Amino acid sequence: MTTADAGATPAGKTPRMVSGAGADGGHLEELRVDPIGLMERVRAECGDVGLFRLAGREVILLTGAEANEFFFRAPEELLDQAEAYPFMTPIFGEGVVFDAPPERRREMLHNQALRDKFMRGHAETIAREVATMVERWDDAGRIDLLDWFAELTIYTSSACLIGPRFRHELDHRFAELYHDLEQGTDALAYVDPYADIDSFRRRDAARVGLVALVSAIMARRQDAPPESEQVAEDGPVEDRDLLDVLMSIRNPDGTERFSADEVTGMFISMMFAGHHTTSGTAAWTLIELLRHPDELSAVRNELDELFTGDETVSYQALREIPRLEAAIKEALRLHPPLILLLRVAKEDLVINGVQIRAGQMVGASPAVSNRIAEDFPAPDTFDPSRYLTPREEDRTNPWTWIPFGAGRHRCVGSAFAMMQLKAIFCVLLRDWEFELDQPFDSYRNDHSKMVVQLAQPCSARYRRATRSPG
Amino acid sequence: MRIELDPDLCQGHGVCESEAPAVFLLGKDTEVRILKDEIGEDELASVRQAVRYCPNQALRLVDG
Repeated sequence: MTTADAGATPAGKTPRMVSGAGADGGHLEELRVDPIGLMERVRAECGDVGLFRLAGREVILLTGAEANEFFFRAPEELLDQAEAYPFMTPIFGEGVVFDAPPERRREMLHNQALRDKFMRGHAETIAREVATMVERWDDAGRIDLLDWFAELTIYTSSACLIGPRFRHELDHRFAELYHDLEQGTDALAYVDPYADIDSFRRRDAARVGLVALVSAIMARRQDAPPESEQVAEDGPVEDRDLLDVLMSIRNPDGTERFSADEVTGMFISMMFAGHHTTSGTAAWTLIELLRHPDELSAVRNELDELFTGDETVSYQALREIPRLEAAIKEALRLHPPLILLLRVAKEDLVINGVQIRAGQMVGASPAVSNRIAEDFPAPDTFDPSRYLTPREEDRTNPWTWIPFGAGRHRCVGSAFAMMQLKAIFCVLLRDWEFELDQPFDSYRNDHSKMVVQLAQPCSARYRRATRSPG
Repeated sequence: MRIELDPDLCQGHGVCESEAPAVFLLGKDTEVRILKDEIGEDELASVRQAVRYCPNQALRLVDG
């Protein structure tokens, strides 16, 4: 049951504003430094529905199951997503929308690479990409967790979403430019997305750089168009990828329909949702497992039982890996890649007895809701057993266990993401051992941008596993 | 036993159709159709899988 009724004349209490407004009359500066602290204080002081100010706009922050359910069930006409993320426009480019309406999301799922039936092939692609990355390793060494997982997930997402052919035309340069884009998400964008600050200048330079890389790839393909079919060992395979398809679309006068700039914008937006999110979750899963050796050995034992011989990492094998999956879910709960989901209220409405006005922003916070003690006992403790039968705290709290959001806007890539993370760890934990080489509590997220990333340094050591199987 | 589908939550992933093709149909319009009012014993196991693996927890198996 929701307390809002869009049809009735709204009448509710005035929302309470959280303390700590700064010199600008709002909380933008705190949001740029300690957003989770700000949002936790909203809940502590104001309850399930509170308010903070963001550069002249009011943000109603919802937490808790009842308010979150309203948020996630609300139709577009009530809570609109399209205007809520102005910091994404300079990244995708004008005309590439941040989010599609639910009907369009359905079509995207139906038509595109995320459908259940494509997952088997994706699992093999991802396992191959991890294997390719670790081929560069010596028997022992050190990696930066942010850089390493960010590069890996550029290759996996480009291979699965655009196609292997395009992926093989990329190298670390694409990953580095992409990282600069992600870093260009300062909340200052709510004041001016083109403000003259370093991270925005780097963002714009990175986008130009990505267009240049894609443009060069397109020029090479124009010179040497792909064979429509290529004969592989096990028969003919379709060689055309999404870039070939886009390049083949012509205007009536015969010119190409999509410029390199537009194609790049499309690829950036397709890869965006699945990149920093998966990369960060992979890093945090590894960090938390290394901080909790008992959990790590439980996962290793589980994998040993699953892969007794030379089985390949296939979708079917990835299906049920409860301990590994629980560890990933717990990393997601404690370190959700998106800490604040936003909408804009299109009408006056009442949530939990509090008056919301049209034009106000409305937010839900995975970072806060995922740690509500009533729903998640010992909320700050990494405890994967909370997902095992009979506790299943993710299933029993569908409106507060929200690392993927919930409802009609729920992350359409969640199944792909879980499969990808399981595939990554199947390969990494089978053949390699890891150690954190910084103090355990020095690993933390950098919250200075709306796209949350691990703060550097965040290094770990690896060495080839010496355990004998079984 | 019968199936309840929460239309606010369904995004048309098609996992239910993969699990129990005799019971669920994902149409071209991406709407999921439930083909059987009453779930028989022989289909119960696959339907339970569909309910369990639905990424959005949009399905429930209820008595009656």
